[in-house]
Amino acid sequence: MTTSDRPTRRAVLVKIGILLNAAVGAVLAVPVLRYVLSPVTRQRKQGDGAWVSLGSLEKFPAGQTRLATYQHPSATPSDGETAETPCWVRHLQGDTFQIFAINCAHLGCPVRWFPQSNLFMCPCHGGVYYQDGSRASGPPERGMFEYSYKVEQGMLLIKAGEMPTPGAQASLSKGSSPCATSSSRSSSCA
Amino acid sequence: MRHLLIQELVVRVIKRVGRWFDQRLQLAGPIKETMAHPVPRRTASWFYVFGSGALTVFLLQLVTGILLAIVYVPSAGEAWSSLQALNYQISAGWFIRALHGWGSNFMLAIVVIHMVQVFLFGAHKYPRELTWIVGVFLLLMTLGMAFTGQVLRFDQDAYWGLGIGTSIVSRVPFVGPQLVSLLLGGPIIAAATLSRFFALHVFVIPGTLIALVALHLLLVLKLGINEWPMPGRIVRRATYLQEYHELTQRDGVPFVPSAVVKDIFFSAAILLSIAVCAFVLGPFGPSGQPDPTIIQTAPQPDFFFLWLYTLLSLLPPSSETPILLIGPAIALIVLIGLPFFAGEGEKSWKRRPIAVLTVLLIAVGLGTLTHLGQYTPWSPIMDAWSSQPIPGKYLISRSPLERQGALVFQSKQCRNCHSLGDTGGQRGPPLDQVAVRLTQDQLIRQVIQGGGNMPAYRNNLSPPQTTALVAFLQTLHPIGQAPARDASQTELLKLGP
Repeated sequence: MTTSDRPTRRAVLVKIGILLNAAVGAVLAVPVLRYVLSPVTRQRKQGDGAWVSLGSLEKFPAGQTRLATYQHPSATPSDGETAETPCWVRHLQGDTFQIFAINCAHLGCPVRWFPQSNLFMCPCHGGVYYQDGSRASGPPERGMFEYSYKVEQGMLLIKAGEMPTPGAQASLSKGSSPCATSSSRSSSCA
Repeated sequence: MRHLLIQELVVRVIKRVGRWFDQRLQLAGPIKETMAHPVPRRTASWFYVFGSGALTVFLLQLVTGILLAIVYVPSAGEAWSSLQALNYQISAGWFIRALHGWGSNFMLAIVVIHMVQVFLFGAHKYPRELTWIVGVFLLLMTLGMAFTGQVLRFDQDAYWGLGIGTSIVSRVPFVGPQLVSLLLGGPIIAAATLSRFFALHVFVIPGTLIALVALHLLLVLKLGINEWPMPGRIVRRATYLQEYHELTQRDGVPFVPSAVVKDIFFSAAILLSIAVCAFVLGPFGPSGQPDPTIIQTAPQPDFFFLWLYTLLSLLPPSSETPILLIGPAIALIVLIGLPFFAGEGEKSWKRRPIAVLTVLLIAVGLGTLTHLGQYTPWSPIMDAWSSQPIPGKYLISRSPLERQGALVFQSKQCRNCHSLGDTGGQRGPPLDQVAVRLTQDQLIRQVIQGGGNMPAYRNNLSPPQTTALVAFLQTLHPIGQAPARDASQTELLKLGP
């Protein structure tokens, strides 16, 4: 190695300076990443989401499907009207319900209930579902998303989670459909 | 005399001020050089104005965007009312919104035309590969601006459009749900969602656009404007730079004023067109409030995403997710890879039939999908059953049973998907002549069992209702043409009892 090839004091200092900046940058990247990823990480901490009331049972006559709305538990004042979330409540009998997300299982458009023909229809790409939420026709690959529910002191409660999407279906469909589990009730679900 | 003296004085002051600045900035030389640099004579053409046209519209978008930002409130609870204020309370607010909205449409259109022109003129070939690649990213950024801008117009379409975007993103394998949370900023579409789309539309994407536009322009200046392609003049890496240099020296004209004249006139024409569209046709929306509990809505994306909307309804369900996720990646790879596998050879579109056919195919494809997206024949017309009665001609001299069937047809929402006399949905086939196509047995089977994209009605119709409905459907055949009949029944009739 000739003398000219030997790193000078200056060159070494520049390298150390760059390394120093890289180290500080790496340290700063940690809070920045945590900040950016907070919607993903925070949600996991909160876990399952809260039970939300849809109102008293009298609002939902047996044998009918009615629209209900609830305030999402994560709502903040700046959410305005977007915090109000609609869902379809189908009261089969007694304490047996089916509560469907408003979002079509295809691309999330709001499905509408037609009591005359007992069908849910989607205005976007024409997905159609039967009254028990199972797929009837159109592009959806599955039936409608369902909420877990429970009845307490004459109130209907549902577990509000994240917006149901085809890729994240697990979050809402933990509560299984009464039509799927109980064969004795299947006649009323068909 | 005195007048002349004053004039001379003013000129001297201006010159001295100019010199003062240039001694410090030292930009006069490079600017003069850039303006006077020779470009091939034939590039001073109306075909070469789209790049500068896109830049002009981009500047218009920057100015009108800043003007809108001083009034717009990026909060989910207030964005919609701030748009109402812009439209109805602030002087000329509606016009600034209209300029920004129409500017967006024009910008996308000009960017696409620019891209097609560049491709057909072979400008993506050596040595302008990087210019093309930067251009591809400029297209992506422009599309990104169009989508995020549509979200900032925080109305029903924006809300449910976000829902569609979210549903697509959620299908990404493994990390779909995490991406959804990242996109929405929380579990649902709400304030956090609008805030992050505001940041994207106002800071992130425009910043990237400005940087990429600067890079794009720098490359155009460094490498020179693509010469007019001549059939038979082949691009070779070894000789091209020398040939281009000779061409500009031998047959070049100074960029200013020879080439820039048409750019200037085109820019003025585009700005005028945008202004006229904005003035005559007004701003886009906002449509209804972004209230998810108002479900009486049929959301539709803006014009430039209609083709995607159509594609999503026409793809078979099983192949939808793979095509949605893999398709864009393939398109991007092809666009970026283009100058590498077609970086030499003929530039002229007259000698590149496959290039011309590809452009035509894509244009016809996107055009057809967009056209279909404008009247959405796949969507049920949600209120047809209650708003579009069966035409009278289908009810005249029918039996009571058949009329009862017509009533069933109307009240059971059949008309939401089936048209009669050109009214009603187009999701299913029109039924004006259904009796010619299907026999009585087939009609009963279709109604009861459904199939072929129709729901089964076995649980929704009583036997008398089905009988009446089928009786009505059997009357739907042209006068003088007999309804379809089962051939075996004809034989039975011949045999007799």
